[in-house]
Amino acid sequence: MSFTCETRASLETLLNTIGIDKKEDVFSSIPEDLLFKGKLNIPEPMDEEKIRRKMDFPVSGTIFAGGGIYRHHIPSAVDALTARQEFFTAYTPYQPEISQGTLQSIFEYQSMMADLTGMHASNASMYDGATALAEAALMAIRKKHVKKVFVSRATNPSYRAVLQTYLASHVDVAIIEIPFDPKTGRTDMNTLNETIDKDSAVFIQNPNFFGICEPMKEVSETARNAGMWGIVVNEAISLGILEKPGAFGPDIVLGEAQSFGNPVSAGGPLLGFMCVKKNLLRAMPGRVVGLSRDKNNTQSFCLTLATREQHIRREKATSNICSNQGLCALRAAVYLNLIGPQGLRDTALQCAFGARYLRDQLMDKGINTVFSGPFFHEFVIRMDTKKRKDLIKKGIVPGVDIQNVYPEIPDGLLVNVTEMNTKKECACLIEHL
Amino acid sequence: MNIPTDLRYTKDHEWVRIQENMATIGITDYAQSELGDIVFVELPEVNTSVKKGGVFGTLESVKAVSDIYTPVSGVITKINDQLEDEPELVNQNCYDKAWMIVIRMDDPAEITALMDASAYEKYAGAEAK
Amino acid sequence: MSYRASIVSFPEIKEPLLNKRTSRDKNKIMTPAPFDACDLEGLDTPETLPEIPDVSQVETIRHFTRLSRLNFGIDQGMYPLGSCTMKHNPRICEEIASKMARIHPADDMAMSGILEKVFELSGYLEEICGMDASTLWPAAGAHGELTAIMIIKKALYIRGEPRRTVLIPDTAHGTNPASCAVAGFRTVNIPSGDDGMLKASILKEYLDGDVAGLMITNPNTLGIFENEIRAIAAMLHENGSYLYMDGANLNAIMGITRPGDMGVDIMHLNLHKTFGTPHGGGGPGSGPVLVKKGLVPFLPLPDITHTDNRFSLGWNRDTSIGMVHSSTGNMAVLIKALTYIYSLGAFGIRQAATMACINANYLRARLSPMFNLPYPGATLHEFVLSDRDQGKNQVTTMDMAKALMDYGFHPPTVYFPLVVHGAIMIEPTETEPLEELERFAQAMQAIAETAQEHQESLHNNPVTCPCERVDEVWAARNLVLTWDME
Repeated sequence: MSFTCETRASLETLLNTIGIDKKEDVFSSIPEDLLFKGKLNIPEPMDEEKIRRKMDFPVSGTIFAGGGIYRHHIPSAVDALTARQEFFTAYTPYQPEISQGTLQSIFEYQSMMADLTGMHASNASMYDGATALAEAALMAIRKKHVKKVFVSRATNPSYRAVLQTYLASHVDVAIIEIPFDPKTGRTDMNTLNETIDKDSAVFIQNPNFFGICEPMKEVSETARNAGMWGIVVNEAISLGILEKPGAFGPDIVLGEAQSFGNPVSAGGPLLGFMCVKKNLLRAMPGRVVGLSRDKNNTQSFCLTLATREQHIRREKATSNICSNQGLCALRAAVYLNLIGPQGLRDTALQCAFGARYLRDQLMDKGINTVFSGPFFHEFVIRMDTKKRKDLIKKGIVPGVDIQNVYPEIPDGLLVNVTEMNTKKECACLIEHL
Repeated sequence: MNIPTDLRYTKDHEWVRIQENMATIGITDYAQSELGDIVFVELPEVNTSVKKGGVFGTLESVKAVSDIYTPVSGVITKINDQLEDEPELVNQNCYDKAWMIVIRMDDPAEITALMDASAYEKYAGAEAK
Repeated sequence: MSYRASIVSFPEIKEPLLNKRTSRDKNKIMTPAPFDACDLEGLDTPETLPEIPDVSQVETIRHFTRLSRLNFGIDQGMYPLGSCTMKHNPRICEEIASKMARIHPADDMAMSGILEKVFELSGYLEEICGMDASTLWPAAGAHGELTAIMIIKKALYIRGEPRRTVLIPDTAHGTNPASCAVAGFRTVNIPSGDDGMLKASILKEYLDGDVAGLMITNPNTLGIFENEIRAIAAMLHENGSYLYMDGANLNAIMGITRPGDMGVDIMHLNLHKTFGTPHGGGGPGSGPVLVKKGLVPFLPLPDITHTDNRFSLGWNRDTSIGMVHSSTGNMAVLIKALTYIYSLGAFGIRQAATMACINANYLRARLSPMFNLPYPGATLHEFVLSDRDQGKNQVTTMDMAKALMDYGFHPPTVYFPLVVHGAIMIEPTETEPLEELERFAQAMQAIAETAQEHQESLHNNPVTCPCERVDEVWAARNLVLTWDME
């Protein structure tokens, strides 16, 4: 199927107006020897039914996997509203007069993210939590000239990997891992106390990758001595019951908000977010929507602080980011309004209750959690690879395998429960162990 | 184009007011009108050492960023904090309320390289064409 | 000035911010509650509710429905935003992508099927571009650029030549120099020739042992095919430098000529441009990076491996630049792009490029009598006008862009590329019918005529949109970025 519209008659008009004889002449400026004469090795065009048959994706029935990407209830209206073509077929809102829908919804997203994190302002989104962390570290280097970036080893390993990639060109900046306590699973801030100074940036994930909640008061007392410190939120739903990260005084709160109305979708698209204190506003990467007015004084919105961005400041921009995850941010905004304050809290509570329910069932079966620290909705147990693969064959995904990224936790498996799981599913897992 | 006769000027359209070994610096009427509505002024901290020809700050309009250059070498003794909250002063009152920094000059002889008002008027007039 | 009846009509609703409607307990949602309450031992959970609006479902639905009606999307009308390839977004792509919504990346069985499909996609992209290998994980075009520049950096490092300079033509997208800066390169601007093309003879003067590569866009942002590209590639290779191609404009040439055959070493694509996936009002996009053999060892992790028809992620590549995304990029967008390629087939891909260029050249032929065309050489899928003629009557590109809205069109890209004064960059794409192209040409003609006779009226456009010209200066000076700051 093709989506062009020409007919024999219209083509004649088109070619005559241009002043060429045949279609191919439109490419006469391409040197002859560069023209591709072969046939592309791509299948013949397919009708929609054929495509439907080819693109069918079975899903496992019982899933206890999170690890940074979480299954949560998505109210039906999220899809209905974000599938409106006015939103999803639009480009970046460069022309505010005909993009007020995108602009106002992003402004509302920014407002809610700033409120939920307890920070001054939010940008319009980033690619994902990992690139948000990397960009935050680049901000610290640019703005505070830090030479050391401390990041907890209990931070999502993919985030640390991306951080490594992004900082590779900064040979004078060291990434230093803060170890975690092998008993509690909490970041060991004691080792940090002496080494932190104004030349360092510190990033702590809470709840951390093992699902453990960090002692944020203690963390902040140490981290505040750094040139810049940030809290990484890997699971946005946790904002429904935990103290606002902003309450601990970080310079920046960033992370992943896929859980707000975005499906797991085989790993993407995700929704990176970044919220900052006022003094970092101009150092922040990414798009920002601001309130404005038109000449009749009507409330309206437009992109603002654009001078930080690549299309104006080019090589001196705060980042190269251009497209972000606009539609995912819209989904988050719609989700938060549909679910409301009580719904968000209840959802977070259900995750925490469910995780304890499964943890107790596992303990009855003789399987203990690896760490003793207080957890939100995720915990680490041990399960060998064969067992895990057997379960997957039976349609049960028991968790995320973390033994490759944490060799110090042999057979480590990160188990997650959300409001999408049921007691029956827990029973099913226990039965097959 | 407003070009006060008691000031000195640079080719980058900064003005300089000399009082003994102190130089007060801002941008000219021509520069502010070329830049359009200024929305943000970024200035350095007091006590920063600056070299003639270096960049000491930036001016932002909605769609452009311009560097502001240091006409003389020395140490910055004062900056105009008011511009942080009221960048529009640069458009409204560029020679007075929108002064940007004061430099204690290392070498007051450097000012001889700057243009006087009539030379600047010719220079800016040519550039405007 | 009389307005032709616009095909787009916006509601005259002033939609307040949603926090204005909040009131305790308005929201009556029933969230899933499969588990019984229990003691949350050790977990510090304040009793306060999270700070988000408390509104009813119907209010949320009306709010966002009303907001959507203040927007302009491709389905409403032509969106000739140059360099952005705003073509029709087939709905089958959305439907297919929605089927993968519930697959968790740890679900190895389900992921095998998805990885098989995206692996197939990477093969097609390599075929279309004449490249040897690719990574699909970059989440947007600029992310792809950055990934590519990091690959070049790593390749040079491994070669023992830590070069620091990247050359960029003056017509380049702003993301090019910004991506270089993030990767720690310094950039040097190269001027184009008078005909808008990059000249091997000019490039030569900039080549030295510090040049890591050149970032070229082909066709470039003026819509002109860089016909010296082979010589340019040879010259760079001779110098030990890489030729990077920004694939933003691939829609002009897919199936017609292949970057790999031009001598390109590494490039990125924008699936949300060329391959028909929607832009979502600012993403998610997707920016795959394609390379020639020599750069394969440096591609990001993971790669896709398969044994006995089981597809999984591979992590064994010591020389890789590392991971660029916490997962595997915007997977749903990749599946949409594959669906698009299935729909078109090899023939359709070539036809899309052909009609994209014919439609653009039709508009160019219709508009060039009324507007200044600063680069009169042959162009492909887009062309750039300037406001020189209308400027004589104090009518700017911005005035004309805003006027187009009143005719029911999204404006073209304006004030870019920087080499053209008051640039108006028009890219109609292949999916516009002749009738719509003609309606656009007539709207532009009416605007050009108004610019001669009633120019003052053009300073007031738009008048039929949800708001009149937005005061961007006010926004930048006041910086109200959340409803709390209001």
